[in-house]
Amino acid sequence: MEFFLQQLVNGITLGGVYALVALGYTMVYGIIQLINFAHGEIYAAGGYMGVILISWLFAQGFPPFVCLGAALVLAMGYCALLAMAVEKLAYQPLRQSSRLSVLLSALGMSIFLQNGLMLTQGVYDRAYPTEMVQGGFELGTVMISYMQCIIVGVTALLLVALNVLVYKTRIGKAMRATAQDKTMSALVGINSSRIISLTFAIGAGLAAAAGIMVGLYYGSVRYDMGFVPGIKAFSAAVLGGIGNITGAMLGGLLIGMIEVFAAGYISSEYKDVFAFIILIAVLYFMPTGIMGENVDDTRV
Amino acid sequence: MTQQQPILELKNVTSAYGRIKAIREVSLKVYPGEVVSIIGANGAGKSTTLMSICGVLHPEQGEVWYDGVRIDGLASDLLPARGLCQVPEGRRIFPRLSVEENLDMGAFFRKDAAAIDHDKNRVFQLFPILQERRKQYGGTLSGGEQQMLAMGRALMSRPRLLLLDEPSLGLAPLIVQQIFRIIREINEADGVTVVLVEQNANLALKSSSRGYVLETGNVVMEDSAEALLANPDIRKAYLGE
Ligand SMILES: Nc1ncnc2c1ncn2[C@@H]1O[C@H](COP(=O)(O)OP(=O)(O)OP(=O)(O)O)[C@@H](O)[C@H]1O
Ligand SMILES: [Mg+2]
Repeated sequence: MEFFLQQLVNGITLGGVYALVALGYTMVYGIIQLINFAHGEIYAAGGYMGVILISWLFAQGFPPFVCLGAALVLAMGYCALLAMAVEKLAYQPLRQSSRLSVLLSALGMSIFLQNGLMLTQGVYDRAYPTEMVQGGFELGTVMISYMQCIIVGVTALLLVALNVLVYKTRIGKAMRATAQDKTMSALVGINSSRIISLTFAIGAGLAAAAGIMVGLYYGSVRYDMGFVPGIKAFSAAVLGGIGNITGAMLGGLLIGMIEVFAAGYISSEYKDVFAFIILIAVLYFMPTGIMGENVDDTRV
Repeated sequence: MTQQQPILELKNVTSAYGRIKAIREVSLKVYPGEVVSIIGANGAGKSTTLMSICGVLHPEQGEVWYDGVRIDGLASDLLPARGLCQVPEGRRIFPRLSVEENLDMGAFFRKDAAAIDHDKNRVFQLFPILQERRKQYGGTLSGGEQQMLAMGRALMSRPRLLLLDEPSLGLAPLIVQQIFRIIREINEADGVTVVLVEQNANLALKSSSRGYVLETGNVVMEDSAEALLANPDIRKAYLGE
């Protein structure tokens, strides 16, 4: 029982992070029907920007919360700009082309960005100053670290903020309108290029935050850290029903849980395999995912 | 009326889908305060004409002038703020936005929150059913309700020139009458200029001052509404006699 509860806490932590990354896949797919392969690299770039900023700020003697807060905001902003640039350069010129061309362009961008990260940051692991936040507390028999609290707290805050943005604000309505009918949204005065750009920026901001959370959780980042979590988060988006925002959040949590429990009860060697088994099973047995076509309510 | 400057003028507009020309050298003028009908058979190019005005389709040749400015080549999303608004064929309600959110989208470019609220209440007065269904998804409304919502959404932009593409399509006679009553009302009370595309030529011409007849992409006739209604060829071809 104790082990179960401990794994549950770990699953929520990891699942929240997958949910953040999955949102970027699902929102971009919802608006331009593109599987943005470069999204995992944006997440990695966020992880690196985080370690660079946090280490520097921490060395300057700033308190942990300031280091974290500032690094989050700056890395999210940086990745938002990076993703907007990628969209402008690699996707927008192909708006009238076939979906396959754009997909290949995304694949190319992924390779380009990953190699860029390797060239500028090296091939070795880079450690997060996790000593910044130490300790934790016991809840009954379950050990919860303060770092985990921060990760879950920040993740929850971002997920709530995203929901408010998409469902309550004028811009969020315009995003959903653009996803549903681009011609009509232009006829009411919405500039779809700007909305698409914004969608990339928001997805990238969330991914950057996720990159930092993972860096803090595992204690280090590496240039190729975006690949496997990228595919897992994509699996989460598919599991939730691609294009569906609530689905991506649910899918992320589920994939995180499954991974942690599979590692705990079956074998930690194979933990990465389960996300892919789920991806294949979902595509085979219910390609619309859990929140797919039939439960239409929360599609963008 | 003809002394005035037209609010909308098409000069020899040719538009194509790929290599197929859908309208050829279409010219027409609409003056402020008018209701003008465009009638024609299926595939004549009526919707294409409206889409060419709104910048969804950019003409291959010719010019579109609106309110003294040449607008062909402008992006379509710049036009609503200038008072040019279309209710397109098939209504194109945002299916997974609520009725109220659909109305909000009509006022997307506007910043005057108080006036937007006022206009929304006015739409709810014109179409009380929309207020009842405020929270419901647009896609779950009936065809007639969707047409009302499409009209309401257009009114939310405070248009000066309203292009309506087959507002009566698929609606029960009572609803059609209601829609046309509202078209006349916004024309007479608010001075909105209206271009009306209709299969129902009789109804359209009876609410219009003038009309154009499109045939396979060409304007073949242009006259006052009474003259068109009295014309034996038109009666035979478009009024089912
Ligand atoms: N997206 C498109 N791609 C290719 N051809 C098109 C497209 N839309 C319309 N057309 C063609 O252009 C011509 C004019 O079509 P348009 O929709 O303007 O006709 P319409 O007068 O509005 O007809 P209806 O009364 O049936 O709505 C038709 O021959 C049609 O097949
Ligand atoms: Mg038509």
